[in-house]
Amino acid sequence: MSLWEFIATYWPDFLKGTGVTAAQFILATMLAIGIALVAGLMKLSRNAVVRGVSVTYIEIFRGTSLLVQLYWIFFVLPLFGVTLDKFTAGFVAVGMNLGAYGAELVRGGIQSVPKGQWEAAYALSMSPAKRMWRIILPQALVNMLPPWGNLLIELLKNTALVSLISVTDLMFVAKQINGSTFLSAQAFGLALIVYYVFARFIVTPFMRWLEGVMRRKLGRA
Amino acid sequence: MEDMSQYPLELTGDNIPMVRFMNVTKRYGKLTVLDRLDLDVATGEMVTVIGPSGSGKTTVLRMLMTLETINEGVIYVDGKPLTHMEKNGALVPASPKHLRMMRSQIGMCFQHFNLFPHMTALENCMEGPVQVLGMSKQEARKRSEDLLDLVGMIEKKDQHPSRLSGGQQQRVAIARALAMRPKVMLFDEVTSALDPEVIGEVTNVIRDLVDKHNLTMLMVTHQMGFAKDISDRICFFFDGSIEEQGAPDALFGNPQRERTQQFLSAVKEAG
Repeated sequence: MSLWEFIATYWPDFLKGTGVTAAQFILATMLAIGIALVAGLMKLSRNAVVRGVSVTYIEIFRGTSLLVQLYWIFFVLPLFGVTLDKFTAGFVAVGMNLGAYGAELVRGGIQSVPKGQWEAAYALSMSPAKRMWRIILPQALVNMLPPWGNLLIELLKNTALVSLISVTDLMFVAKQINGSTFLSAQAFGLALIVYYVFARFIVTPFMRWLEGVMRRKLGRA
Repeated sequence: MEDMSQYPLELTGDNIPMVRFMNVTKRYGKLTVLDRLDLDVATGEMVTVIGPSGSGKTTVLRMLMTLETINEGVIYVDGKPLTHMEKNGALVPASPKHLRMMRSQIGMCFQHFNLFPHMTALENCMEGPVQVLGMSKQEARKRSEDLLDLVGMIEKKDQHPSRLSGGQQQRVAIARALAMRPKVMLFDEVTSALDPEVIGEVTNVIRDLVDKHNLTMLMVTHQMGFAKDISDRICFFFDGSIEEQGAPDALFGNPQRERTQQFLSAVKEAG
């Protein structure tokens, strides 16, 4: 069976799987951004306890395997009374893991804003929250967008792991069709192509566009 | 611990200075940058601080802006303690809230302008009034446009800082500081990062302020001619304290101390 015949036969299944992958990607991305922001800001706190919480979180989620974290969230947390359905467990694990990496990007982005910007905002008597939110973060964001583009592609590829807890994503569909037809080259070949197209022609151009918008806002374009 | 009872809770009587440094000491580790500084600046007075680098002159401004803490002494602004506050009849180090309230009376312009790059000139000026003073956008826009007009930047109000020259950026920065209606303005080497041909446009704005407004100003500069023209008083700093101070004509024309003479002749040679 050629790849074209394969696509003609199985495209509805792949489309469904791609939809689930897209949903996992978007939800995990939103979670990762939220966590990265909170953990990144906490890591810059003057309070040692707050900083400690953030450091511990980052260490655990960056220092251990995403697959193990996924299994923990799906199989072990229920033993402690927290039961998540597989779809939720999937994006929560991916989001929490990549959020830990993102926290370092947030911290680095904030620290890359020149000290003079803090001082100017301080001299205007702005409150610490407003200094951060209105002056520092918008500038930090521009600096950290390029590495975030990389991180999101990493995140997309990592969502394939959720197939291991039977979330019916793109990878799950490919495995299923492979299991019933033994057309391995076509099934996994198509999966490869879809992941690549998703990353290369959707995520990357979107991030480029966002960078352009932010640059224009800074008047740098 | 320093005995705080030697400092009044607030200044009383006639002729309260707008700014008073009382016995202020600043150390970085073992290095004493300022040693028991006493300095008064009267309301409406323009005082210029000169001196070799490392003499502590910029630190004076930064302490007044509360960008630097002090190790000993008290700074008063408009009769009220800035670096300290009253608690149970005694002075204690100021809380962040007290500092924020007090420093809203002080405006500062920096050597490197420090305009917010993600905002236009107008938005830079409106930021403080809207976000800190709680002014309506309409009112803040009016005030900001008036000030941008004052500094000759009204035509560029919708430009981002990256589109402006250094001199233009510094003029916007002056307008931004003035938009908070400070009682005291601080100018920290505001012409040092500028190309020679645009220094004049910034000094002219400051000259204008001195002539037409009754602002109390404290300036650090290397432009001796400019300082001589517009200052009411010059303070020569050396090694963390005031070596000599006086009216511009006296200090520049007839310096009494040897270090002042050496510094001024070195500056004159450099040109």
